[in-house]
Amino acid sequence: MTVLLLHLAVLALLAGLQFVVPPFQHSLLVRLMILAAYAAGYNVLLGYAGLMSLGHALFFATGMYATGLTIFYLHAGAPLAFVIGVAASLSLTAVFGVLALRATGVAFLIVTMMFAQVGYLVAIYFNQITGGDQGLVLAGRVPPIHLSGLLLPLDDPAVRYNAALAVLAVALLLNLWLTRTPAGRVLRALRGDEERVKLLGYNTFHYRLLALVLSGGISGMAGSAYALLFSYVGASFVSTLYSIYPLVSTLLGGVGTTLGPLVGASFMTYVVDIASSVTPGYLIVLGVTLVTVIRWAPDGILGRVRARWVRWLP
Amino acid sequence: MNIMSLQGHLLLAVLEGLVSGCVLALTALGLSLVFGVMRVVNVAHGEFFMLGAVIGWYVATASGHFVLALILAPLAVVGAALLIDRFVLRPIMYAPEATIVSTIGLLYIIQQSVLTIYGPYARPVEPPVYFRVDFPWFGYSGYKLIVVAAAVVLLVATWALVAKTRLGLYMRATQQDREIAQTFGVPVGRIYAAAFALGAVLAALAGVLVVPVRQAHYLMGADALLGSFMVVIIGGLGNLRGTLAAAFLIGLTDGIVSVFASPTLGRIIASSLVAFVLVIRPGGLFGEAGA
Repeated sequence: MTVLLLHLAVLALLAGLQFVVPPFQHSLLVRLMILAAYAAGYNVLLGYAGLMSLGHALFFATGMYATGLTIFYLHAGAPLAFVIGVAASLSLTAVFGVLALRATGVAFLIVTMMFAQVGYLVAIYFNQITGGDQGLVLAGRVPPIHLSGLLLPLDDPAVRYNAALAVLAVALLLNLWLTRTPAGRVLRALRGDEERVKLLGYNTFHYRLLALVLSGGISGMAGSAYALLFSYVGASFVSTLYSIYPLVSTLLGGVGTTLGPLVGASFMTYVVDIASSVTPGYLIVLGVTLVTVIRWAPDGILGRVRARWVRWLP
Repeated sequence: MNIMSLQGHLLLAVLEGLVSGCVLALTALGLSLVFGVMRVVNVAHGEFFMLGAVIGWYVATASGHFVLALILAPLAVVGAALLIDRFVLRPIMYAPEATIVSTIGLLYIIQQSVLTIYGPYARPVEPPVYFRVDFPWFGYSGYKLIVVAAAVVLLVATWALVAKTRLGLYMRATQQDREIAQTFGVPVGRIYAAAFALGAVLAALAGVLVVPVRQAHYLMGADALLGSFMVVIIGGLGNLRGTLAAAFLIGLTDGIVSVFASPTLGRIIASSLVAFVLVIRPGGLFGEAGA
């Protein structure tokens, strides 16, 4: 009960924040929430199934491109394009999982990296459709959403903010749900000792596939929302940089904690935001921060908090 | 394209593949050693390669002696590697996940520092020797053949170090079982530092060797890292002979594909091939089944 309340309180805090922070901070927070949802999707795979991926940008970008391309070429509305984005990433992850989950450990890491690399090169190679490195700008092509008589244009700051918040809420609550269900417990056991879980009669492949599809689906949802809220799709979102992002956010915030990815993503966003206003070499600041924080808290910020102070943290 | 026969193209592809295979073998061997002995994935490994190339450029340009670059640049990189081992990796006790975050941090630091100091340029170094080896179809840069020879010498030297010296024995013992090695008096902490430095030196040497051919650029580490990852995994983790075989396999494929097909399409094919090899044999082509 306290756990659910904590999560609702965090979401309420974020909801309240939109009335407090100055308007120019809105876009930054929208980006933060989307990337936090992406990291939360990543956490499902690494934090619960114990599989490290260096190719999640593939899933993020699948959602993004599926949504962006249907809007750009088929002039679809936002809700339909969003559904298509999520469905595309779910199905791609399922196919990917059947292939890639034959490998575990470091081999899995490299397989994901290779497939993401293929995805990146494909986006570049078909640049006449995807726009390649330059990408496609969707601004002005997304019609407003009709919701029970309300007209919600996606370029309105309040609509953008609350849409991003909704996406983050779905991602967080799915994470929380996973810690409470029997399937989630099997996954955590898998991270601890796969052989024993097999011995107990579980088909570990099915559980890993479940984690991967859920993880890819949440990441794709975040990517789809990114395309809608920032009116842009581009090949840079399939690059290794965007695969590293959720990995670092999750490990920094606390792997296997439901709120860790949000903490990590906020940390990363604000370090970059503050440092880049001071120096063009802001990546040095980010690098030093990563090295220092992980030295203080090898299990991530919330991992440390959980071990030290708040034992019940999920 | 029409003037040269198919044999000519094939020979060129094989030579180019041999050169990139040698460079790849050196870099990947470093990554494989670090992974084998220390059980950590060093995401900043490609940056050692880049540092070697950039410092090599500075030394060679300032002094006019390429051989000096070949000595000083790897030494500087060893210094950096030892500092990193002592002040970044040892405090987190080489925990696998924390190490990944730390080395990503180091990647940002090194890349951005080089960008700030060296700038966004791609700059070559004059090759130390000028001669052409003439084939019936084309003349080939003699320096590239020297790169191959130098790489072979370095690979043999590394093999001798690992197989024949006490340090190598300690490394292999640590790789097999860290705790038992420690019980038998192997100074595991120092062996870790040595393995990390050796891995860095191999990458740096590859970087210096490649500057006259490919130019020094602050982002060149990314491809080196990706290539090394491919090689190490295909070759089987910690399997040094497999690593060599995989390096030449990937180098040759790369050479042949880049002569005959568009680079992007070639890389799509190569990456897919590596991915599918791993899907079919997760332990690598030359490794035991199961990772």
